[in-house]
Amino acid sequence: MADVLKKVPVAEQDPQVRATNFEEVCLGYNKEEAMEEASRCLHCKNAKCVQGCPVNINIPDFIAEVKEGRFEEAYKVISQSSALPAICGRVCPQETQCEGKCIRGIKGEAVSIGKLERFVADWARENGIKPEAPAEKNGHKIAVIGSGPSGLTCAGDLAKMGYDVTIFEALHKAGGVLVYGIPEFRLPKDKVVAKEVENVKALGVKIETNVVVGKSVTIDDLLTEEGFEAVFIGSGAGLPMFMGIPGEQAKGVFSANEYLTRNNLMKAFREDYDTPIAHGKKVAVVGGGNVAMDAARTALRLGAEVHIVYRRSEAELPARKEEVHHAKEEGIIFDLLTNPKEILVDENGFVKGMTCVKMELGEPDASGRRRPVEIPGSEFDLELDTVIMSLGTSPNPLISSTTYGLDTNKRKCIIADEETGATSKEGVYAGGDAVTGAATVILAMGAGKKAAKGIDEYIKSRN
Amino acid sequence: MYKILETRKLAGNIYEMVVEAPRVAKHCLPGQFIIVKLDETSERVPLTICDYNREKGTITIVFQPIGASTHKYEFLKAGDSFMDFVGPLGQPSDLCTDPLEEVKKKKILFVAGGVGTAPVYPQAKWLHEHGIDCDVIIGAKTKNLVILEEEMKKVAANVYVTTDDGSYGRSGMVTKVIDDLIDVEGKEYDHCVAIGPMIMMKFCCLTTKKHNLHTVVSMNPIMVDGTGMCGACRLVVGDEVKFACVDGPEFDGHLVDFDAAMKRATMYKTDEGRALLKEQEGETHHGGCGQCGGDK
Repeated sequence: MADVLKKVPVAEQDPQVRATNFEEVCLGYNKEEAMEEASRCLHCKNAKCVQGCPVNINIPDFIAEVKEGRFEEAYKVISQSSALPAICGRVCPQETQCEGKCIRGIKGEAVSIGKLERFVADWARENGIKPEAPAEKNGHKIAVIGSGPSGLTCAGDLAKMGYDVTIFEALHKAGGVLVYGIPEFRLPKDKVVAKEVENVKALGVKIETNVVVGKSVTIDDLLTEEGFEAVFIGSGAGLPMFMGIPGEQAKGVFSANEYLTRNNLMKAFREDYDTPIAHGKKVAVVGGGNVAMDAARTALRLGAEVHIVYRRSEAELPARKEEVHHAKEEGIIFDLLTNPKEILVDENGFVKGMTCVKMELGEPDASGRRRPVEIPGSEFDLELDTVIMSLGTSPNPLISSTTYGLDTNKRKCIIADEETGATSKEGVYAGGDAVTGAATVILAMGAGKKAAKGIDEYIKSRN
Repeated sequence: MYKILETRKLAGNIYEMVVEAPRVAKHCLPGQFIIVKLDETSERVPLTICDYNREKGTITIVFQPIGASTHKYEFLKAGDSFMDFVGPLGQPSDLCTDPLEEVKKKKILFVAGGVGTAPVYPQAKWLHEHGIDCDVIIGAKTKNLVILEEEMKKVAANVYVTTDDGSYGRSGMVTKVIDDLIDVEGKEYDHCVAIGPMIMMKFCCLTTKKHNLHTVVSMNPIMVDGTGMCGACRLVVGDEVKFACVDGPEFDGHLVDFDAAMKRATMYKTDEGRALLKEQEGETHHGGCGQCGGDK
């Protein structure tokens, strides 16, 4: 009998092998493993895990179904709250959400809720189980801008209520950050993302790609000319930030967004696709978030020696623990307490290195984290041919600058009510990174869910 | 799918296509661009809008095959389709958005180089439709690479064609024509728009600076998404980093760091060239590209 205090281990691709391919790292539970792990759940009456979930999935109930081997029932329980379980089971930061609240976690390891969710969603997909479209449509048209996590969730929820929903996507493929940002080895595109998008379509949601709202059409056009009664803006994070240090214009300096978009959306890693990508030999990724880990592990798989350059210490790394752990296993080198000063450029304009300085942690700053301070005279050069900047994003002004009456805050994020998603403009709702700045998939989904409810109440109040 | 309604060869390896894209045609203005993607495996390629018809819902694009993807466009004919066609992207030309009364006071000179003649045309046409005159210099390497001359004559007050080799029109670079028009022929201008290869725009700006002539250029750096997300198209303008796709593509030419922009533009030159070589040679490709390792 396995140790009840510990999670049932999950199979993963060997680090040495996976460092050279784009196949999924985590292989997931099989039926027996899932049922055994489910039996560790205490089925708490006042379940803390549910409170920890931004979309409040009824976790004890779905796990109880898994324990008995009733996987279709388990899928139905999850589907009541989440439109994208196969995705959330893979990319949610469970350790700070559901699993972080698990009572099992006090004495031992939390129940592996994320892996169980993933198992259920994968099982449903493999067995052809799809959410059902509502029998009756209510005839109200709603527009959703962006097909990322918040948009898909909002659209899915509204469709379930009977609304006639159209999603407008700027890129040529639906999925937003799930398609252009998160790599194949963490979230398979055809097997998982495309299928979840299909599930949302199965609810009756229409998706129109290649529409840049603010350019191809404005929100006011949608509301006045195209007959939409409400709009949800889930347009995502926006413009990548750079450091403003010398040499950033050199060839071989990329934003993580560019690097990942080339690789994930444009599939530059595959020979049969036209889009090129720099196959660096020695790459530095500047930053310590999930996006930085994704960029680093992508560069590694394209054949590079990869350094993460981060100005604070390991404890402050904003990335999920699992991602840091996987990155280390695969051989990513962590240059912590290190900050770039200048990118060194060769005579042809290509990156040849980066001057960095060592840092130490001082007093806590506004974020509560100890502020990194330069150690004078500790400069050193890293020899490199590629630098990937993963420093976060600033909001894209495409929509806010073309929508009359839509207020933004001083960080240029759209101002929206936390509970309903309502903005300063009547009939216009917003959520996800466009409101919060770069955050997580599940937080965006939570915002999409609340906005769907807000929109439903708004439409009902008018009719 | 976005249907191709017409195709025609303008000159040499320069092609024109009329594509059905009603959303783009409804909102676009001169100076903006589109991104086109032929099929699943193709690149996203930014192309300037050469003309548009709001009633018919069509956009005219002009291109010169360069990368692995645009080489496939050569073989497209009326009735074929692009998988993706998105826009209008970027900011419209100031000439089309500034108050009309202000623009009417301007004495405008366009300098078009090679394929850059295509994005100049809709601007000259827009001005013509709004009762504003302009002069246009069209520069090309040689006679059979001059494009859209007849179309331009219908919308511009004066069209001056020049060829590098003197085979047609005036002889020499566009910069020489700028000097001649101003210094010799006594022309006066207070607004110049130069669009063409980066090296041409750089030298145009050096020339117009000498004449104290405000000059706008249209930058065409490497792009991926075209909506501000990736930052590949970043440029140094004055002391600021700008994204051509959302802040541009038009900028004050006297503030653009052309040398840095030209260096960045060569980022994928080698890789793309190699990809093309490999594709053209197909099964018979046995090295020489420097990448497959098979120099047999």
